[in-house]
Amino acid sequence: MNGEGVKAEQRATIDRDHGQHLLRQMLRIRRLEEKSAELYSAQRIRGFLHLYIGEEAVAVGVMEALTPEDAVVATYREHGHALARGMSPGAIMAEMYGKQEGCCRGRGGSMHLFDDTTRFYGGNAIVGGGLPIAVGLALADKMRNKRQVTCCFFGDGAVAEGEFHESMNLAALWQLPVLFVCENNLYAMGTALRYCESVTELTRKAAGYDVAAISVEGMDVLEVEAAATKAAADVRSGSGPCFLECRTYRFRGHSMFDAELYRTKEEVVEWKRRDPIANLIGQLKEKALLTETDLEKMEREVALEIEEAVAFAEACTYEPVEDLTRFVYSERRKV
Amino acid sequence: MNGGAENTRTITYREAVREAIREAILKDERVFLMGEDVGHYGGCFAVSKGLLEEFGPDRIRDTPLCESAFVGAGIGAALGGMRPIVEIMTVNFSLLAADQILNNAATYLHMSGGLFNVPLVIRMATGGGRQLAAQHSHSLEGWYAHIPGVKVLTPATLEDARGMLGTALEDPDPVLIFENNTLYNMEGELPSDPGPVEIDRAKVRRQGGDLTIITYGGSLFKALEAAEGLAKEGIDAEVIDLRTLRPLDNETFLASIAKTHRGLVVDEGWRSGGISAEISARIMEGVFFELDAPVQRICTAEVPLPYAKHLEEAALPQVDKIMETARKMVQTNG
Repeated sequence: MNGEGVKAEQRATIDRDHGQHLLRQMLRIRRLEEKSAELYSAQRIRGFLHLYIGEEAVAVGVMEALTPEDAVVATYREHGHALARGMSPGAIMAEMYGKQEGCCRGRGGSMHLFDDTTRFYGGNAIVGGGLPIAVGLALADKMRNKRQVTCCFFGDGAVAEGEFHESMNLAALWQLPVLFVCENNLYAMGTALRYCESVTELTRKAAGYDVAAISVEGMDVLEVEAAATKAAADVRSGSGPCFLECRTYRFRGHSMFDAELYRTKEEVVEWKRRDPIANLIGQLKEKALLTETDLEKMEREVALEIEEAVAFAEACTYEPVEDLTRFVYSERRKV
Repeated sequence: MNGGAENTRTITYREAVREAIREAILKDERVFLMGEDVGHYGGCFAVSKGLLEEFGPDRIRDTPLCESAFVGAGIGAALGGMRPIVEIMTVNFSLLAADQILNNAATYLHMSGGLFNVPLVIRMATGGGRQLAAQHSHSLEGWYAHIPGVKVLTPATLEDARGMLGTALEDPDPVLIFENNTLYNMEGELPSDPGPVEIDRAKVRRQGGDLTIITYGGSLFKALEAAEGLAKEGIDAEVIDLRTLRPLDNETFLASIAKTHRGLVVDEGWRSGGISAEISARIMEGVFFELDAPVQRICTAEVPLPYAKHLEEAALPQVDKIMETARKMVQTNG
């Protein structure tokens, strides 16, 4: 596997429960994101909002490969990862509302979701900035002989950053348990990969560091899950880091301010034909693992969950301004 | 190694820092040292010489030249339950890790609403005076002191070189320690069993009634030398060692100025927008009506530090300049 980008052809074998679980997870993300966009237009959510619509299969497939003890480092496009990791939609929504019942008391917002109970270390809005942190989390695990994986998500834009290369080198040099997941959606904000990279085949970047690399169809949750499960198992076994490229596409703009001048409508339409949710629905129905009734019920339940999250966020409260300067330094003096 | 007094020994600043690292590693299994050339080379300034042999490559960890990644890895390791000491060769190189220090180490606690603190210690050499020119000589500790979320320590004395590291490692938040490179060879007496030092307060290093010289780091000894010279002329200067630039201990220097009515700031950083400007502003805000003379500042000239010895000396704060400025200030009557 070293040095070569290998296409994972294998799909996880699924039963009804697992197939429907994956579908539900993706639907939860899709509906949360759609609701977030709506609430952004209604000015209930402000700041930057980066939607994950179209890329759901990546976060959902990869999270299946992790245990609760593993750590996750994500980017500013991380609502989906947070939700798939097990954070509550209410805590996420309240955070985006800037309320103190949000997962970070409203101090982080959409780009900085954190959660200690699921070891979710953000929410990093500096492209490439999370990679060294993932390396350090994995270093701590290795030094303490813990068989845990640190899973680090980043986009194709990050591979141009020095921190990507420095982190790949360190993780490989020290044989650290990091699963690097590159969500290649073809654009670094609005600049296509071909305008950014002399080598656009991203698995070749990993080869330069002798890091095992796999490239998968990121619009197929089963393929992502199978590849991530194998990669995470390798990483957990102590064979060093792994680089997993998921070829995906974001259906919406980079953020809510994006006029999308850099890509054609035809290209977007073409990718929407590969919608990971429709894709999985098709596969499950074909195998008679999902009925239209199942789907309708699932949609109703997801809609209710998102409605409740919004109602929760609406009812939440703002942190008093007197608390402004809290959390700059720890309130406990010693560690 | 035995010094003059009983239970003390002669030690250099470099050895004091090494002892502090060694003690921390022995005391706490979560502590390790990581940085460029800290292991096989023995440390760029020979601070960690011998530690690799004693503790092995896991805890004395040589890194590639990747300041951003190994500082970030320090942050991650701290989040993961370790207590890393990250060494950056010089403050100029720390700029390659500025993203990790400012955007991550200083922000995680706040962005996460108090969920994730970063108990990381970063040590680095700072300062000029060794003809190392414009990419190895600057004093940027004042820049770092601008950032909420980090603490900035500037140990000048042997006692602080020995004691601050342990206290910093007990701190739940990121602490940056700046070691002025002209101090590593400084030798003096230290108790054989030195205790920890607190890091929250400035210290009066010399008592005096005529003016207050506020300084830190390598400039402390220039200020003390100037004060001795001034004493011979009948001018009695109080010298304050700030020790910590963030959080800045206002109380100590404001109380001193309320007594002496004159304040002179000596800072190896540049003047414009520097920590000296901050100290001056706090004096204006706090004890303006106590002043008998305008606050004065002696800082590094606003040039990238030059190589040539005579030019570098002219650029840095020096004893004669401190004495000359102090004389003029004392002659001014409020």
